[in-house]
Amino acid sequence: MNSFKVQYTIDGEDFSVAGEASRKLKKVLQSLGVDPQIIRKATVAMYEGEINMVIHADGGVIDAEITPEKIHLFLRDKGPGIPDIALAMTEGFSTASDNVRELGFGAGMGLPNMEKYTDYMNIITEIGVGTTIEMIVNTSLS
Amino acid sequence: MDKIIHSVTLDTDKCKGCTNCIKMCPTQAIRVRKNKAKIIKELCIDCGECIRVCPYHAKKAVTDSFDMINNYKYKIALPAPAFYGQFDKATKIESILHALIKAGFDDVFEVAYAAQLITKRTKELIASGELETPIINSACPAVVNLISTKYPSLLNNVIPLISPMNLAAIMARKIAEEKTPYKGGEIGIFFITPCAAKATCTKYPLGLPESVIDGAFSFKDMYLKVVPHLNDKECEQDLSKAGFKGVCWANCGGEVVSLELDNYIAVDGIHNVIHVLEEIENDKLSDVEYVEALACTGGCVGGPLAVENNFVAQTRVKKMAKTARGNGEAPEFDMDLVWQTPIKIRKQRNLDDDMFVAMEKLAKIDEIYDRLPKLDCGSCGSPSCRALAEDIVRGYSKESDCIIKFKEKIALFANEMLDGSDNVE
Ligand SMILES: Nc1ncnc2c1ncn2[C@@H]1O[C@H](COP(=O)(O)OP(=O)(O)OP(=O)(O)O)[C@@H](O)[C@H]1O
Ligand code: SF4
Ligand code: SF4
Ligand SMILES: [Mg+2]
Repeated sequence: MNSFKVQYTIDGEDFSVAGEASRKLKKVLQSLGVDPQIIRKATVAMYEGEINMVIHADGGVIDAEITPEKIHLFLRDKGPGIPDIALAMTEGFSTASDNVRELGFGAGMGLPNMEKYTDYMNIITEIGVGTTIEMIVNTSLS
Repeated sequence: MDKIIHSVTLDTDKCKGCTNCIKMCPTQAIRVRKNKAKIIKELCIDCGECIRVCPYHAKKAVTDSFDMINNYKYKIALPAPAFYGQFDKATKIESILHALIKAGFDDVFEVAYAAQLITKRTKELIASGELETPIINSACPAVVNLISTKYPSLLNNVIPLISPMNLAAIMARKIAEEKTPYKGGEIGIFFITPCAAKATCTKYPLGLPESVIDGAFSFKDMYLKVVPHLNDKECEQDLSKAGFKGVCWANCGGEVVSLELDNYIAVDGIHNVIHVLEEIENDKLSDVEYVEALACTGGCVGGPLAVENNFVAQTRVKKMAKTARGNGEAPEFDMDLVWQTPIKIRKQRNLDDDMFVAMEKLAKIDEIYDRLPKLDCGSCGSPSCRALAEDIVRGYSKESDCIIKFKEKIALFANEMLDGSDNVE
């Protein structure tokens, strides 16, 4: 075995379970012996992506592949797509509804944090079709 | 590897193997094997949840026997502020301190008084902006253990100051050496502890190279020794020095009250603390300045070795804090209170040091888990089906430990027998 692959289905209906997939990934990384600071980076990035899939895109699928060198995450949804990626990446930009804001989301910090905590991030999106976000966190400490 | 030390242990004779404790343990540190509970020491954070939940009182905290005070010529008691809330017959701190003297000590030094200096230094640290926010308190060793075991990325958020208990011990010893003819080993310093976590810290203090306390007696043990001597009227001596700001440390939220902070969270109960630490790890609380996290409901008044109902004790301590004699100012004491030794991350329990082997094992766990009934009933002695799958791969359990699996097997076997007899006819 030269990598470990795991898939998580993200339910778009249920807020209360949002965050469960990143919690599971954290356990996986811990049992593989990944450094705690790296685990934190990868799980925060995935957590933000996971929440976005629930809030903005009605759920989706997350694939994670772990090797001794890196943690590779693919987040795919069939949501509305992101019209302007640069704008969405701006700190504080959010289209979250008031309902969602009341739950403590919608600060417009998710995507910027995902970029901050990962070593590579790429967004492919098409209006009406969906969004795929690829993220890589290197596991070496340097 | 560093030794892992904890004070919560099992009385094997009393343990019935009922599995009540395994599900309550916040770090899944308990297994039942051969009808007896076992604590995995690398995972135990000394929170005492299992002491509370065991119906047979088989889980206990190792504390010292009171007789040991006789080995010392000058004996000083260090009561934790939560001790003040344990007695329905005492409304004054002074009468409890007097009763301690009558119970056999030569002097008392209030941990609450030392806490006032910790409050001052904590304020200075917060103002310096050196710590990562939200800053997390370090007064509850069970919480610090939890962080170093499960949330090591948050260790930089923890206040790196020695505990009020250890400061009290150091101050008490210095004062005793100045005002009495006794020196070194002639002076015995004894902490009166609400919990196992602090009992461990009397032997292996957080942030200090070696112990500064000679023994730890539980609230329960000291309760019986103190009660006969309580007398609210007859306490002319001036033993009590602590003020409101020190005494209120007994309750959850007391530390932030004495720190006079606005932007804080005060959270109690180990399962709630876990929830908050997860939020911090996910960067969800970066706008909060300070988190006071205590493992026990209500704070130390709800410690696993406490006698009084924690809600009753909370109200009582609040009243006592208001009438406390001291002015609450920090005592003068010239000492750097910053940890001399850093808190170490506990070795994470990975499946194997070789990541490829760990991956194979992880895949095996998933495979076994798929076959298990997912009832999380705990009858196998592991806290959940997932934990059993992991225990099997680690070599501690077998799939037939699962009662449901075992029943299936028997049923299959019985059917085969019946089929066999059909054939004979
Ligand atoms: N998967 C997605 N599909 C569609 N739109 C998205 C998706 N992820 C993000 N967006 C858009 O990008 C915006 C910014 O996302 P970001 O995660 O930074 O902030 P937020 O989710 O609104 O708030 P926060 O993450 O701070 O709770 C969102 O408000 C939304 O309009
Ligand atoms: S003291 Fe806490 S961590 Fe240790 S075994 Fe008991 S419940 Fe688990
Ligand atoms: S809250 Fe207080 S009594 Fe409870 S474990 Fe922590 S220090 Fe001990
Ligand atoms: Mg977001």
